[in-house]
Amino acid sequence: MVEKKKWLPRWFYQLASPRWCFQICGKLLPGFSVAALVLLLGGMVWALLFAPADYQQGNSFRIIYLHVPSAILAQSCYMLMAVAGAIGLIWKMKVADMVAKSCAPIGATMAVLALLTGAIWGKPTWGSWWVWDARLTSMLILLFLYLGVMALNSAIESESTAAQASAVLSLVGLVNIPIIKYSVEWWNTLHQPATFKLTERPAMPADMWVPLLVMVVGFYCFFAVTLMLRLRNEILRRERRSGWVRDLLLSK
Amino acid sequence: MNPKRKKRLYIVLFIVFGVAVAVGLTLFALNQNINLFYSPTQIATGEAPTDTRIRAGGMVVDGSVKRAADSLDVMFEITDYEKTVSVHYSGILPDLFREGQGIVAQGELDSQGVFQAVEVLAKHDENYMPAEVAEALEKAGKMPMPSGQEFNK
Repeated sequence: MVEKKKWLPRWFYQLASPRWCFQICGKLLPGFSVAALVLLLGGMVWALLFAPADYQQGNSFRIIYLHVPSAILAQSCYMLMAVAGAIGLIWKMKVADMVAKSCAPIGATMAVLALLTGAIWGKPTWGSWWVWDARLTSMLILLFLYLGVMALNSAIESESTAAQASAVLSLVGLVNIPIIKYSVEWWNTLHQPATFKLTERPAMPADMWVPLLVMVVGFYCFFAVTLMLRLRNEILRRERRSGWVRDLLLSK
Repeated sequence: MNPKRKKRLYIVLFIVFGVAVAVGLTLFALNQNINLFYSPTQIATGEAPTDTRIRAGGMVVDGSVKRAADSLDVMFEITDYEKTVSVHYSGILPDLFREGQGIVAQGELDSQGVFQAVEVLAKHDENYMPAEVAEALEKAGKMPMPSGQEFNK
C-alpha cells in the first residue's frame, strides 16, 4: 500500500501475504483454541445442567443451545465466504481466495448441524421432522449453496478460475441470507420468530440467554480455530513451491 | 483504486443488487404461495380449496378437545379469534398440543365443513421461560400471549 495512506495497522496489510498470514494465524491459534475449549465446555455444562427447563417444552428445549449457535454460524460463515470471494474478485488477493475456499466446508457442517438439531427438536415439539416452511427451506438452500461452492471449487482445475467461479456463486447466494433471517416475519411459518433480536431484549430470562450467548461466542471461537487451521493448510498447499515453505518444512 | 479494480467492484455490486432485486420481486409475487397454512377465516369464507390437501392453522379453542374413549380419535376446534373450524384427527398428537396452543393441521375439508386432519403439528412461540417464571407471570396476568394476527398474516 502507499506509505501515506496507512490508516490501518501494519499486520492488517501483512495478512494479504500468504507467508505473513500463515504466521499471524499461527500466533492467534493457541488463544482461540483455549477460548473455544473453555467457552464450549463451560457453556455446555451450564446449558445442560444449570439452566432452567422451559415451562412448555421441558428439557427438550435445551437443544436450542446447539441449534441457535450453529444456525447463526452457518449464516455468518456464508457472509464471510462471500465477502472474501468479493475481495478476491476485485483485488485479486490470493489469501482472500483461500479464506473463501476454507470457509465452505465449515459452513456446510454448521448448516447440517443446524438442520439436524432442528429436525430432532421439531419431532417432539411440532410433531414432525421436517416441514416445507419458508425458514426450513431457505436454510436447506443455504446448505445446497455451500455444497455448490465446494463442488465448483473442486471441479475446476485452475485455482484462480475456481476461486472466481465460486466467488460469483457465493455472491449470488448472498441474497438468501436476509431471506433466512426474515422468513419468519414475512410469511406464515411453523418456525417461531427469533428469540435474539439486535434491538430488543431477548425473549427469555437471563439465566437462559446468558449460557446461550456463551455457546454462541464459543462457536465463533471454534469457527476461528477451524478456519485458521484450514487456511494454514491451504496456504502451505498452494505455496509449496516457494522458498519459505520449503525452509519451514525442512527445519522441522 | 485503479480503474480495473473499480470496474470489477462495480460488476460485483451489480451481481449482488441485481440478484437481490430479481429474487425480491419473485418472492413478492409468490407471497401467498409461501405461506404454510390457511387461517380459519380463509376456510370459512371459502378462500381455501376443498377436496384437496391443504393446511389449516389456528389456536385450539379452550374446552373444545373431545377424545374418544376407545380409540385415538380426537375432535377439536381451531380459531383465529374471528371464525372457528372443527378438526377431526386420529393419531398421536405432539407433546405441545393443548388447549390455547397454536397448531397447524394438514388434511382435507369434507362436505360438512369439518377439517379431516392427517397430521397435526404444534406451533410454539419464541418466549422461553422456566416454569416458576411462567407461574408468576400467569398470576400477575402478564403472560405474553400470541396475538390473533400471528395466524392470519
